[in-house]
Amino acid sequence: MSVASEDANVRGSGRDVHEEPGGHGSFRGYMTGFLLSVVLTAIPFWLVMSDVLGAPRLTGLVVMAFAVVQIVVHMVYFLHMNTRSEGGWTILALIFTLTLVLITLVGSVWVMYHLDTNMMPADHGMHMPAPQSVPVEPGTAAPPHQHQH
Amino acid sequence: MFSNPDLQKLLFGRLTLDAVPLHEPILLITFAMVGLGGLAVLGGLTYFRLWGPLWRDWFTSVDHKKIGIMYIVLALVMLLRGFADALMMRAQQAMAFGPNEGYLPPHHYDQIFTAHGVIMIFFVAMPLVTGLMNFVVPLQIGARDVAFPFLNNFSFWMTVAGAVTVMASLFVGEFARTGWLAYPPLSGPAMSPGVGVDYYIWALQIAGIGTLLSGINLIATIVKMRAPGMGMMRMPIFTWTALCTNILIVAAFPILTAVLAMLSLDRYVGTHFFSNDLGGNPMMYVNLIWIWGHPEVYILILPAFGVFSEITATFSRKRLFGYASMVYATVVITILSYLVWLHHFFTMGSGASVNSFFGITTMIISIPTGAKIFNWLFTMYKGRIDFDVPMLWTIGFMVTFTVGGMTGVLLAVPPADFVLHNSLFLIAHFHNVIIGGVLFGMLAGITYWFPKAFGYKLDAFWGKMSFWFWLTGFWFAFMPLYVLGLMGVTRRVQHFDDPSLQIWFVIAAFGAFLILLGIASFIVTLVVSFLKREELRDLTGDPWNGRTLEWATSSPPPDYNFAFTPVVHDHDAWWDMKKRGYVRPLSGFQKIHMPRGTATGLILGVISIVFSFAMIWYIWWLAALTFVALTVVTIGHTFNYARDFYIPADEVVRTENARTALLAERV
Repeated sequence: MSVASEDANVRGSGRDVHEEPGGHGSFRGYMTGFLLSVVLTAIPFWLVMSDVLGAPRLTGLVVMAFAVVQIVVHMVYFLHMNTRSEGGWTILALIFTLTLVLITLVGSVWVMYHLDTNMMPADHGMHMPAPQSVPVEPGTAAPPHQHQH
Repeated sequence: MFSNPDLQKLLFGRLTLDAVPLHEPILLITFAMVGLGGLAVLGGLTYFRLWGPLWRDWFTSVDHKKIGIMYIVLALVMLLRGFADALMMRAQQAMAFGPNEGYLPPHHYDQIFTAHGVIMIFFVAMPLVTGLMNFVVPLQIGARDVAFPFLNNFSFWMTVAGAVTVMASLFVGEFARTGWLAYPPLSGPAMSPGVGVDYYIWALQIAGIGTLLSGINLIATIVKMRAPGMGMMRMPIFTWTALCTNILIVAAFPILTAVLAMLSLDRYVGTHFFSNDLGGNPMMYVNLIWIWGHPEVYILILPAFGVFSEITATFSRKRLFGYASMVYATVVITILSYLVWLHHFFTMGSGASVNSFFGITTMIISIPTGAKIFNWLFTMYKGRIDFDVPMLWTIGFMVTFTVGGMTGVLLAVPPADFVLHNSLFLIAHFHNVIIGGVLFGMLAGITYWFPKAFGYKLDAFWGKMSFWFWLTGFWFAFMPLYVLGLMGVTRRVQHFDDPSLQIWFVIAAFGAFLILLGIASFIVTLVVSFLKREELRDLTGDPWNGRTLEWATSSPPPDYNFAFTPVVHDHDAWWDMKKRGYVRPLSGFQKIHMPRGTATGLILGVISIVFSFAMIWYIWWLAALTFVALTVVTIGHTFNYARDFYIPADEVVRTENARTALLAERV
């Protein structure tokens, strides 16, 4: 077969062909997702409203954990995220996004934490030192290497 | 204007007649020139009856080729503005020594360096990159258009709206005096109460929408619309770099949007994200904006790398050396570009452990970049190199960019950075990579693909003039800045005391003058080539003996790009087709499904300009009105069902037969 006839076999345009099979979920899938979302929203509410755990910090962490699970539920049931959809592109995009979000968050926290340790006055308060106080000798005010890893 | 100040405030916000800078002679002259030039253009359009074609074939077109060309026209117009700023700065710094204060007062000088940076990055480099990708990528992958043609037109007009907003600041009010990234607290409400920073914010937010949407568009195009047979590892390198760049755009630009939104909240409603007190932290702004800012650098340079890859292979008459390593290098750079942002603020005080991490990642990123340089060199090795203008730009790039890259690695060493940061050494470094890399790349790309876009080559003599003026101009303009930077001269200074420094600034100004000749030569190239277009005409559609699919169709390509979607068997698909004796099909044409043009993008762009103007000047009623209008037009457009049409088969036959006749004539 010559190249020309081979080329001519593929008629029409790429634009017309973008039907992806199995891209849209079922009623059952949406209901599962909806119910899970309701449950995952109701539990944190209950935890906060009736102060079940007693400790605000612990409650906060638990609520955040529920939020993460909620995100996964939404992605799986509403955004139809799985390893096969769009030939693996969605899961690849998700991994890439997660990596970047992780870099951004962890990096920022790391950077700002060290900045705070190194640059803020020793008492770590947000308030400025009193104006009449004697300036501290440079080098003693902010020990630069508190956090050796 | 009004006797009642409350009424005036209600109607015009903080806009008064004083906002028009009638007291600044430089601006008045500019205004007069722009006005006269604008009138001449409008008159010319009317005289030659070009309004109709301009509206139908360009402004409302959703054709990726037209939009790509319009992006590049926008970039070239904005280049003239940005370069005028550069000339003014060089002139000021060359004369403002000792008793001589120069001709620019500090508040004007500060606006100029801010505008120069903002315009050159957002409204010259970005539109050049986006325009080139828009024009080339669908052709290279054998597609009819981009995935979302209307979105493409809309993105373009949002970019234009941002550019118009920046330009408006020249004539109504002022521009930011903060530097191109507008660090708080300087850009906060206390230090910059005027409209300058608001112009900055809204121009970038509006243009940012366009950039983000075109990023999504091109990713979808590349992922979903490649010709049959073109697997990922058969994509042309330019398409690969376009894909990585657009992934970077989609991942990075939302951070810029969020940072600017928080800065707007600080300025408009009195929040304290980035203030010095009440729990705010200006360092967080610096941190966040560079998480966008560093990928942005690679957003600009990756497509330039792609251009050079195409050009080197084409003009060396060889398959690109190390295709796979080129792809991997591009992907590695994409990821690494997210791990280096702190090198922009080593001196902020994060300490040794943080600084050394980011210093090392920065040095690592030069490895894939170096691999690319070697790939290009090995491609040239034993090739039959044609020293056409695009190849000259490429070789000029390799030399210039390598120097810029090495000074970058120098700056990546935190102790060195403590000495050199914020100095003219840094300025020289990033101009070295942006001019020597991005700009040379884009000019190479324009020269390379111009015959594809317009059907005739650019005049080689004036192209060479432009290249040599740019190259020598660059070295004259920026090598003195390296020297000055090493001597400790800081950036953004309007006046100097030490007369011994002056000679370096005079040399730099001379370099800027050479670059002016380079830009002028480029414009002459366009004019001369247009006048000599019959002589320079290319009927084959393949003037450089190209390797990738865009050269398989006619120049300029028909609206539908390819009558039949090509089938790909190898990378360098067109080279492969030519080698295997490809015969252009002469019959069997069918009707072709095409997207229809629409004015919605332009309308949304115009409303966005008015909206941002109203927000900048606190004209709340107008802001509310235009916001509602934006929403209504957007929703209204979803009810527009007349989005596509078919080019009838006999029209395709006519077009293709005309080409057949032309090809036969040539032989």
